[in-house]
Amino acid sequence: MDKGLELRDVVITKGGVQLLAISKSIASGEVLSIMGPSGVGKSTLLAYITGTLAPDFEAVGRIVLDGHDITNAPPHARRVGILFQDDLLFPHMSVGANLSFGLRAGGTKAERQQKVLNALEEVGLAGFSERDPATLSGGQKARVALMRMLLSEPCALLLDEPFSRLDAALRAQVRELVFARAKVRALPVVLVTHDEEDARAAGGDIVTFLPS
Amino acid sequence: MKTRRFLPLLPMLTLLAMIGPVLAGLYGTVLPAFGHLPAAGLYGPTLAPFETLFAWQGLPRAMFLSVWVGLASTAISLLIVALIMAGWSGTRAFAVLERLLSPLLSVPHAAAAFGFAFLISPSGWISRALSPSITGWDRPPDLLIVQDPWALSMIAGLVVKEVPFLLLITLAAIGQADTKRSATIVQALGYRRLTGWLKSVFPLVYKQIKLPVYVVLVYAMSVVDVAVILGPNTPSTLSVQIVKLMSDPNLAMRLQAAAGALIQLGLVIGALLFWRSGERVFRSLGSAWVLSGRRGKLDTIVGQFGLCLGVLCAFSILFGIAALAVWSFAGYWGFPDLLPDQFVLKNWLRHGDGMLAATWETALIGGVATLAALALTVGCLEAEYRYKLRVTSRGMLLLYLPLLVPQTAFLPGLQTLMLNLGLEVGRGPVIFAHLVFVLPYVFLSLADPFRAWDSRMGTIAAALGASPDQVLWSVRLPMLLRPILTAAAVGLAVSVGQYLPTLLIGGGRIETLTTEAVALVSGGDRRAIGVYGLMQTAAALVPFSLALLIPAIVWRNRSGLQHG
Repeated sequence: MDKGLELRDVVITKGGVQLLAISKSIASGEVLSIMGPSGVGKSTLLAYITGTLAPDFEAVGRIVLDGHDITNAPPHARRVGILFQDDLLFPHMSVGANLSFGLRAGGTKAERQQKVLNALEEVGLAGFSERDPATLSGGQKARVALMRMLLSEPCALLLDEPFSRLDAALRAQVRELVFARAKVRALPVVLVTHDEEDARAAGGDIVTFLPS
Repeated sequence: MKTRRFLPLLPMLTLLAMIGPVLAGLYGTVLPAFGHLPAAGLYGPTLAPFETLFAWQGLPRAMFLSVWVGLASTAISLLIVALIMAGWSGTRAFAVLERLLSPLLSVPHAAAAFGFAFLISPSGWISRALSPSITGWDRPPDLLIVQDPWALSMIAGLVVKEVPFLLLITLAAIGQADTKRSATIVQALGYRRLTGWLKSVFPLVYKQIKLPVYVVLVYAMSVVDVAVILGPNTPSTLSVQIVKLMSDPNLAMRLQAAAGALIQLGLVIGALLFWRSGERVFRSLGSAWVLSGRRGKLDTIVGQFGLCLGVLCAFSILFGIAALAVWSFAGYWGFPDLLPDQFVLKNWLRHGDGMLAATWETALIGGVATLAALALTVGCLEAEYRYKLRVTSRGMLLLYLPLLVPQTAFLPGLQTLMLNLGLEVGRGPVIFAHLVFVLPYVFLSLADPFRAWDSRMGTIAAALGASPDQVLWSVRLPMLLRPILTAAAVGLAVSVGQYLPTLLIGGGRIETLTTEAVALVSGGDRRAIGVYGLMQTAAALVPFSLALLIPAIVWRNRSGLQHG
C-alpha cells in the first residue's frame, strides 16, 4: 500500500471550461506547492480534495490517500486536514475546547485532557487552555489552529495560503513550525500560495497554474 | 441515519405547513360562497349568498373602506420611510430614530392601536394636555375622533405601526445594495442629499422591498383587530363584517361570510394590481424627474418634515404604551387631569386571574408555533446548505404567499372546512394556524445570518472529523445563537399579535391576551384595556430583551461572538 496523497488525472471545469488539470503524487513528508494568480482554481482544487466543491464546479479524476480512493467519501471521513489563511477557531469554544473538538475520539477524559495540554505545550502555549480564542494574538491563533488540525490525526495536510495574514517576522516562524510538525508526522502536504518564498521554504515540487 | 432520510423532506414539509392551510382555506371559502355547506344541511351551487350580501346597504361603503384604508396607509407609510431614508440615512439623527423605532416593531398592532386611541380620543392624553388652557374644554368634547367614518384614525394608527416595519426592511435592503458610494457620487455631482437619494438609491431599494410593501398593503386592507379598535362601525370595513357574520350563531350566515371573503380577496388582488400600475406611473414620472437634472430646492424643509413624521410615529407608540400603563394603574381619573388622582393595583388584581390564564395560553401557543417554525426553518436552511440547493425568487414568493393572501379570505374558509370535516376547533389547530404566519417571518429573519455563516468553519470541522450533524449542533447553531434567538423573538411577537386565527380557528374558545384585549373594545373599560394591552406589549417585548440578554450572558467570555 502506497503511503502519501495521489491526485490521479484530476481536471476541474466550470461551466464546461477547463480551469486546471493535475496528476501528481505527494509522498509522505513531502510538500507540493501550487502557485498561480487568483481565480485560477487553486483553492478549488483543495475543495475537491476535502470534498467540499461548490456546485458551480465540476471535477473528474481520483484522489487516493494512503492507498484508499477517497474521491467519493464524505468530507468528515477523508482524514484530510486543512488550514486556511484565517485561523477559523470556533469563537464559542475556549482554546482547550477547540483542541478537544479536533482530538480524535477515544481515551479516557484524563488522557484526552493531557493530550490537549501537551499539544499546547508543544507550541509554547502552556496555560492557554481556558482562554477565549478572540483574545489571542495572530501568531498564537495560527499555532492553535495548527495543533487542532494535527490532533485530529489527518493523513494529509492542505494549506490554503495559511501564512498570508501574518506579518513578515511571524510568517517565517509559523511556516517553519507548520512544515516541521508535518514532517514529524510524515504527512503529505499540498500548499497553495501566492508567495514564492513560501514555496521555496516548503522545499518540494512547485506547480504553477496560469490562467487558461 | 435518521436525519439523512428526514432532512430532505423538510423543505416540502415547510411549504406544506405554510401553503397548505392557505389553499385549504381558500377552497373552504369557495364552496360556502356558492351556497354549499353540508354541515348546515345546505347544498349548492347557488348565487344566493352573493345576492344576500349585495342586498346589504353597507356593502359598497365597507368595500370602499378596505381599499381606501389599505392604499392610503401604505402610501403614507412608504412616503414617510422614503423621506426619512433620503434625508437622514447615515446621520446621527437617523441612528437615534432607528434605535427608537426598532423595539417598537414588535409591539402588537392591537396594543399600539389601543394606545393610539388613548392618545387621540376626545378624553385622551392630547386633549387633556390642551384642556382647558387652550381648548377651553372642561369635559371631553363630543367629537367622533376615534372610529371616525372616514377611517382617518385607523389609517393614522396603521401608519404609526407600519413605518417602523418598512424602515427596518429598507435598512436591511440597503445593506445589500451598494448605496453608500452612489449616495456620495450623486452628492459630488451637486445633488442635495434628499433629491440625490430619491433619484439614485430609491429605485434600487424599492425593487427589494416590493414584497414587504405588498404585505403591508394586504394587511392594512384586511386587518380586523385594528379596524375594530380604531375603524368606523357604521358600517365597518369589509373584513370586520366578515368576522361578524362568521361569529353569528346561525350557520347559514357563513355563506354570506364566505361570499364576503371572496369579495375581499378580489379587492386585494385589484388593489395590488392598481398599486403595480401606480409603480409604473411613478417610474416614468421618476425618470422624467431624473432626466430633468434638477438638484432639489426644497430638500431641507421636506427632509425635516419627514423626520418630524418619523419621530411622531415613534412617540405615538411610546406614549400610547405609557397611556396603557397609566390607565392600568389608574384610580379615579377626571377630565382634564393629566394624571389620575391616585395609582392603584386594584385593576391588576381584579383582572389578575383572567390575565394570567390568557398570558399562559399566549405563551403556550406562541412557544409551540415558534419552536416548530425554528425547527422547520433550520431544517430547510441546513438542507439547502448540505445538498447545495439554490433558492429561486419564485421560492421567495412562496414564502410571502401566506402574507399576501388576506387573512379574512382564507381563515373563515379554513374554519368552515374543519366544520364540514367534523374536525374539532381548539388549541392544536390554532397553533397550526399561527405557524402559517410565524414561519415566513422566522425564515426571513434567520435566513440571512444562517447563509452568511462562514462555510469554511464547516469545512474545517469536517476536516477535523465532525459529521454533518455534529457540525450543525456543536459549531453552526451555537455560533448562530443570537440570530436564532432573535428569530424566535420575531416568531413569538408575530404569534402574540395574531387575532383572527386565534378567534376563528379557536372557535372563540381560545383566549389569548390579544383576543381578550380586543374583546374589551365594546365594554370600553379603559383600565381593563390598559392591563391587557400592557401585558400584550410585554409578551412581545420580553422575548426581544431575552434575545439580547441570553447571548450576552452565555457568551460573556467569548468576545468573538459579542457583535456577531
